[in-house]
Amino acid sequence: MLELQNIHKTFEGRSVLADVNLIVPKGATHALIGSSGSGKTTLLRITLGLIPFDMGYVKINDQALLSFTPVEWADRIGYVPQDGGLFPHISGRNNVALIAKMRGWRKSRIDDRVEELRKIVDLDAEILTRFPREMSGGQKQRVSIMRAAMMDPAVMLLDEPMAALDPLIRRSVQQELKSIFQRLGKTVLLVTHDLGEAVFLAEQITMLHEGRIMQTGTYRDLLLNPASPFVSQFINAQRTLPDAGELE
Amino acid sequence: MRRTSFIAIAAATLWPCTSFAADGIVIGGKIFTESYILGEMAAQTIESSSQVPVTRKLGMGSTGILFEGLKSGAIDLYPDYTGTLAEAILKRPELKSLDEIRQALADMGLTMSGSLGFNDTYALAVKEEFAERHNLRSIGDLIPIQSAVRAAFSYEFMDRKDGYPGLVDNYHLAFNPQKINRMEHTLSFQAIDQNAVDLIDVYSTDAKIKKLGLRLLKDDHNYFPVYQAVWVARKSFVEKHPSEWEALRGLEGKISEQAMLDMNAEADIQKIDFAKIAAQFLGAAAPDSHGWLHEVARRTKEHLWLVGVSLLFSVLVGIPLGVTAVRFHAAGQAILLSSAVIQTVPSLALLCFLIPVFGVGTKPALAALCLYSLLPVVLNTFTGIRAVNPIHLENARAFGLNRRQVLFRVVLPLASPTLLAGIKTATIVSIGTATLAALVGAGGYGAPIVSGLSLNDVPTILTGAIPAALMALVAHGLFEVLGFMLIPAGLRRRP
Repeated sequence: MLELQNIHKTFEGRSVLADVNLIVPKGATHALIGSSGSGKTTLLRITLGLIPFDMGYVKINDQALLSFTPVEWADRIGYVPQDGGLFPHISGRNNVALIAKMRGWRKSRIDDRVEELRKIVDLDAEILTRFPREMSGGQKQRVSIMRAAMMDPAVMLLDEPMAALDPLIRRSVQQELKSIFQRLGKTVLLVTHDLGEAVFLAEQITMLHEGRIMQTGTYRDLLLNPASPFVSQFINAQRTLPDAGELE
Repeated sequence: MRRTSFIAIAAATLWPCTSFAADGIVIGGKIFTESYILGEMAAQTIESSSQVPVTRKLGMGSTGILFEGLKSGAIDLYPDYTGTLAEAILKRPELKSLDEIRQALADMGLTMSGSLGFNDTYALAVKEEFAERHNLRSIGDLIPIQSAVRAAFSYEFMDRKDGYPGLVDNYHLAFNPQKINRMEHTLSFQAIDQNAVDLIDVYSTDAKIKKLGLRLLKDDHNYFPVYQAVWVARKSFVEKHPSEWEALRGLEGKISEQAMLDMNAEADIQKIDFAKIAAQFLGAAAPDSHGWLHEVARRTKEHLWLVGVSLLFSVLVGIPLGVTAVRFHAAGQAILLSSAVIQTVPSLALLCFLIPVFGVGTKPALAALCLYSLLPVVLNTFTGIRAVNPIHLENARAFGLNRRQVLFRVVLPLASPTLLAGIKTATIVSIGTATLAALVGAGGYGAPIVSGLSLNDVPTILTGAIPAALMALVAHGLFEVLGFMLIPAGLRRRP
């Protein structure tokens, strides 16, 4: 379970996040949605333990971020950066294995874990021998997910998982992602600006605007009972989505 | 793992780790023909009368460098001239007699022999046809054409009180300053030969006077001081090797002006070996010459040592400095600025600054090369690291990598192409710059280049210049291979 409690963050005297509360139950997939400037990237970096915050708690399974060392925290939260964020100088396999290697894992243990994850994300072994520049967007994504899952973290955090993908393959990658999440069985928080993606992948959606949470709920809640005019506005801006009549 | 192979390879370039410190007698010499011949003569004289090994450090830069070398003990003796000692070294031009000068040198722990027999003073020279056209016999005859005369004078002549400044005072000459060129002494002969200038300063025993058909203008005022050739030596050397010193003093009064001029001509015009000329004069067989291959091998070893050590230094110091410069802004600016400032100091000047600290020989040359090779490495480390996409750094931190791991696993590998390019630049530049090391007696490919320059002898210059160019080519090739080994495959260009 991932829990953000009462997070406040000011930057150069300006409030960037105020009173942010968010709970992702164990095994659930949750989307944090907002346009650029909403504070979602700041919240992501806070959750990763990369920047300090002024007030509140970040907790995984009831244990607070501040009670861990950076390494301990990193092993509890697997991060999939935007566009995969693979290191360009090493092969896919070495990207996946890097963190475990830094933690001193034996080679056989690393090999076993890589193989296990490769099956979960359904990736050809050959792809792992390639360098990132030789992979497609979807392949990078899956390698990046393997890397994030390597240390068997309690929580996975994905930043704009679809943003860099060709619109034509988005649909199929979304489908794959959904089944990968199911197979991994992790608590997942994905940060996105794309409502379609959020609706497709996540059960619950939290909408962030100007550093504050506008509403948390299912897509249906957001659509039928918007907590503020902004929520309606944001949803109505997404034309490709099904309208209310099409929902069951 | 990549780190260690890097250091191993850098260390491997240092195989000729021989020391150049000499236990025997070290003989210095200046960078002109006569000094080479006299230096050879001193070396052979000692070699024929003693078992003490002799090291030749002939062709060292200027009077100042030799004198520093003598004081610091890097050399034991060298040939010089009374006028130079009084004016340039003791700064007491009023000292005229040998005894006065010897007395003054004694206070510095030095001594000198009696005159070797000839006077090699400054003189002004013009081409015969120019002299005929303007009816020039003495220096005073220049006055009617003084504003039109184009001259080339050596740096030392221009700056010595008993050179140019005193000359124009004494003869009330008013040359047009626009037409006075300062240049390397040996090049001024070429300039006058090609009619690029009309007037040059010469040493009165220089063989090129004869060769180029120059006329010496008479010094009616007896302005130029007397320049008796002498041996200058450390007192400690004289005390430690009294019989060798006696052997050297055996040459006092033995070399006439004509004999010296002839020997200079043999070297400059007939291109005979200095060693052979000296041996002929001493009535002995020339010492075994080891053949050019042996010579090139020795020079290569010396040159590799100079380049290798400075390279190792620039890598071991430059990369951490570059990393520091990225991490701490203010310190970074200071580091980059000071390594840039070092780069602007002319190499010869830098060598001169370093002599009081490091003496003469390999040490100051190494110090200068180390300083020079620093900038490309520091700058490229800095630039390479700054060019690494910060997203990768943030991601690495998010994965729980510590600073060290981020540096060695992410930052340095990603910056490695730029970093390696900097080391390559440093290497190739220092292969070139190391040729100047000969001026402070550090040997290397610079030695034949320097002596060839003083002889105006292109083949000799090439025996240094071609291997230096080849070494640069080999270095270029090696770095291609190194790039293949050190730059992570993911960053290399696709085949």
